Amino acid sequence: MEFFVDENDRVDGIAKVTGKAKFFAEYEVPGLTYGVLVTSTVTKGKITAIDSKAASNAPGVLAVVSHLNKPSVAGYEQEGGSPMKIFYTDQIFYNGQPLAIVVADTFERATYAATLVQVSYAKEDFNTDFEKSISDSTVKKLQGQTPYKRGIEDAYKTAEVQLEQKYHLPVETHNPMELHGIIADWRPNDQVTVYAKTQGVKATQNTIANVFKIPVDKVQVNSEFVGGAFGMALRTWPLEIATIIASKHLAKPVKLVITRDQMFTMVGNRPASYQKIGIGATKDGKLTGITHTAFGQSATYENFTEGVVNMSKFMYQCENVNTNYYVIPLDMGVPIWMRGPGEATGAFALESAIDEMAHALDMDPLEFRIKNDPEIDQVQKRPFSSKYIKEAYKLGADKIGWNERKNKPGSIVDGAWQIGYGVSVGVFGAGRGRATVKGILKADGSLVLQSAASDIGPGTGTGMTLIASKLMNIPVGKITFELGDSSLPPAPSQGGSATLSTVGSAVNDVCVALKATIVELAANANMDATANFVDVLKKNNLAMIEKTIQSSQNNPEAKNYSMYSFSIHFVQVRVHQLTGVVKVSKIVSVGDAGTIVSPKTARSQMVGGAVGGIGMALTEEALLDHRYGRYINNNFADYHVPVHADVPEIDVIFINKPDLIVNPMGAKGMGEIALIGFSAAVANAVFNATGKRIRTLPITPDKVLEA
Amino acid sequence: MINFQYVRTSVVKTALGLIGKDPKASFIAGGTNLIDLMKRGVTAPDKLIDINYLPLKKIEEIDHVLHVGALASNSELAENMIVKDKFPLLMLALQAGASAQLRNMATVGGNMMQRTRCAYFYDTTMPCNKRAPGSGCGAIGGYNRMHAIFGASEACIAVHPSDMCVALVALDAKVVIAHTKGERKINFIDFHRLAGNTPEKDNNLQKGELIVRLEIPLNNLNKNFHYLKVRDRSSYAFALVSVAAALDIQNNIIHTARLAMGGVAHKPWRLIAAENFLKGKNPTVANFEEAAKIAMNGAKGFGENDFKLKMAPNSIIEALTVAKAKS
Ligand SMILES: Cc1cc2nc3c(=O)[nH]c(=O)nc-3n(C[C@H](O)[C@H](O)[C@H](O)COP(=O)(O)OP(=O)(O)OC[C@H]3O[C@@H](n4cnc5c(N)ncnc54)[C@H](O)[C@@H]3O)c2cc1C
Repeated sequence: MEFFVDENDRVDGIAKVTGKAKFFAEYEVPGLTYGVLVTSTVTKGKITAIDSKAASNAPGVLAVVSHLNKPSVAGYEQEGGSPMKIFYTDQIFYNGQPLAIVVADTFERATYAATLVQVSYAKEDFNTDFEKSISDSTVKKLQGQTPYKRGIEDAYKTAEVQLEQKYHLPVETHNPMELHGIIADWRPNDQVTVYAKTQGVKATQNTIANVFKIPVDKVQVNSEFVGGAFGMALRTWPLEIATIIASKHLAKPVKLVITRDQMFTMVGNRPASYQKIGIGATKDGKLTGITHTAFGQSATYENFTEGVVNMSKFMYQCENVNTNYYVIPLDMGVPIWMRGPGEATGAFALESAIDEMAHALDMDPLEFRIKNDPEIDQVQKRPFSSKYIKEAYKLGADKIGWNERKNKPGSIVDGAWQIGYGVSVGVFGAGRGRATVKGILKADGSLVLQSAASDIGPGTGTGMTLIASKLMNIPVGKITFELGDSSLPPAPSQGGSATLSTVGSAVNDVCVALKATIVELAANANMDATANFVDVLKKNNLAMIEKTIQSSQNNPEAKNYSMYSFSIHFVQVRVHQLTGVVKVSKIVSVGDAGTIVSPKTARSQMVGGAVGGIGMALTEEALLDHRYGRYINNNFADYHVPVHADVPEIDVIFINKPDLIVNPMGAKGMGEIALIGFSAAVANAVFNATGKRIRTLPITPDKVLEA
Repeated sequence: MINFQYVRTSVVKTALGLIGKDPKASFIAGGTNLIDLMKRGVTAPDKLIDINYLPLKKIEEIDHVLHVGALASNSELAENMIVKDKFPLLMLALQAGASAQLRNMATVGGNMMQRTRCAYFYDTTMPCNKRAPGSGCGAIGGYNRMHAIFGASEACIAVHPSDMCVALVALDAKVVIAHTKGERKINFIDFHRLAGNTPEKDNNLQKGELIVRLEIPLNNLNKNFHYLKVRDRSSYAFALVSVAAALDIQNNIIHTARLAMGGVAHKPWRLIAAENFLKGKNPTVANFEEAAKIAMNGAKGFGENDFKLKMAPNSIIEALTVAKAKS
């Protein structure tokens, strides 16, 4: 079969569609054994006994490992209680917590034997009910972020036009297609090799070295391809340590792949949240006060916080802003950043409230936003490195046909359907970290780049290859970018939309250095400075040259600016008057993310963000029965991610103007902004269509009908 | 491992003989429901009798009656020309179910026999009278957004999840059932049961019996019909509420009305009183509204599913309105 690829295609596209790309669970390790976890069926308490006799005697079973018989784990003896030490004590912190791992010669035998392990418990009272806990003064609330205040506190309360509202988001799960797990191969000489699903091979390497107190270079982490993660693979989970413990115990390689229902309890989630927003404005539409108070769900055994209230501090021109953010520790698995993380949660509340205020003022919500667009970042009191948001408003509005929109809700009807338009803004820090890249330029005309970066799907290799191709004038097909291997030069984890900026800057620097060396070598050989590098290397009798460069974290000028990526989401929805069904019928997402280095994968990011946004707005909600502390829709039939039929054609527009303050490519990150704000655009459109304001996600038909 | 035997046969008599001998044996057709239940530990048959090779796949019209073999797949049935032409309501209902991949595997018999999707039924650590009689009902006082508003009992408020069956009950289908001594035929409406005190029994198929075919009489309901499925996403989700509606309208008078609902009861819920009301009336929105009101007689919510008390009548009105507008 022949593939037709062009230079903007994913460099690993063919490997992925032909099955050549190997994901962690597909590695063949000689002598591999299979682990299956036994999990808690109670929510809080103590293990009083684990009867593993029947399991141990079942055919093919090699071991049942729990806190009762685990091998020594050096790191456990020293540190405090967080992060959770798996198989350490008899304590149960949440329902579904791994209590033991059964290892057998086949997956099927391990699965069966796991059902034979009998755990006895001493149960204790527990609390998993976030919504109830908010108003329950006996439930502990922890400060999640230093309170912020600019100007007068709660100034909205004295404004000419005031508004105070509450917004609720449920637990959402990342649930990428690829299940989580690991292959661990602990060797008698205390070296360990793992095939992992991780957003950071170096982070995983460090965690493992730390837990087992072995030198970092004795830990080899491989994770070349990852089948989606959305944030859930930003840390090493107890289940991974459990597998390494089992491998150490048995002195055999062990593979663990968790089940779909375990994906709801073992690898984090977007925390449930409750937010109160107060907004004040003058009658002519100038914001005078914003108060944003947020509560997020966390766990008792580890704490989790995120940037829920960040955006409210600087997105709009306003002299008086105060924010507060608390977390409520519950007897549930600990959350983790999920795409757009806290900012996406906060944007739902803020951007809904802004829309509500525009309505209260009888203003077009777009006009209201433009009127309150800040010149500078009022938090840091410095300009933005780049911000083309007004241009983005205009491009998006034209494309969706914003002028068709009527400010009065419920104005457009098509048979049984009401039609409405909504808009929302997304913003996320355009961060840049430090990474090291090694470049090997060869006399055969090829370039190899190496860095321990990750690719959870956005197309890291593709972006890096395009950056190098442009700088070096080498065709894409001659460049290889190697990643996902902890022995390569270090790079940070893939998170916070920073990989292109961080690793790309190092690629840039390596390419610049390689070019400079070529110019020197050309001079040595009395060649023209513009001579082709292949000729220069040959003339110098060199098969290759190498450079390893650590990029600086910042442009020196960066401290004078606030650096953010922006997005504007426009949606049109249709709402059925009798059934309450909401369909997103048009989407225009505009990205202000600097130079677009890789047009196809950048577009894919925006499309994926919009699809995730439809899920967040309309369908996704992980439900717990608080009487038992157990998830009850923990499968893909009942936890609804959007299907194709829920997704209309998505128009993506990029401003595509360089921001050279952020990095030499002029590119700002965009993984998060693709999602941030989207759910509010949908809620705002539902309001515009029907006059019904839904402040609790997801907006399911029953909520629309009952509103 | 939980071992089980696997046998298959292409002879109906042999299949009946096999199931009769072994009280813990189970037929397997498409396997799309049974295998899931086995994996989750809800059921553990000691023998699977594969019936996919039985000669029960034919779809044919005989003497004004459509005969549908119990092993015809959901997609074959939906794509069949006679069904498209004469029973389009059934086609719509089939297409509203599951996903294309599942419909390719799912059979008519298996669809009728599929078990409830109640979360408490599936999670073996939770109480459920249907799975473990006497253990209690997790859904009462628990998460019951998807649950019944009609005919529920104190033992069970689960719903039958099928779409196909909602159309079949509206179309006056009959079920032909084989047993070792011969065949019996019952009305579709009598096939599924209400939960009562025996929620473990979904239907009136006796141990050792096999569904062999459906018989659906020809009718005049192929012009004004609609299957409306209200769900949380546009495809691949079970019904919050669904409505099968078909009208035989002549000279602006409703001669025959057929109405049934899914997602509201332990069985596909036929709305006879509402049908009787519509008979002889004009197909007006006012009459549809009145029919919907009649249909809701006796409905009761359990908290999280209270919204169905509004969604259900609304959906009846919408389904009738769309059905009427078709001509
Ligand atoms: C994720 C998911 C989503 C779904 N969504 C929907 C939906 O939206 N709407 C919908 O209607 N359905 C839906 N389904 C259910 C699907 O329609 C059923 O699983 C399918 O129809 C079962 O048919 P089968 O042939 O695979 O049955 P099997 O799984 O093979 O069998 C099911 C049961 O029927 C018995 N059985 C099968 N044939 C006969 C027979 N001839 N006589 C007696 N007993 C028999 C078996 O013994 C078994 O107990 C969904 C299923 C899944 C997994």
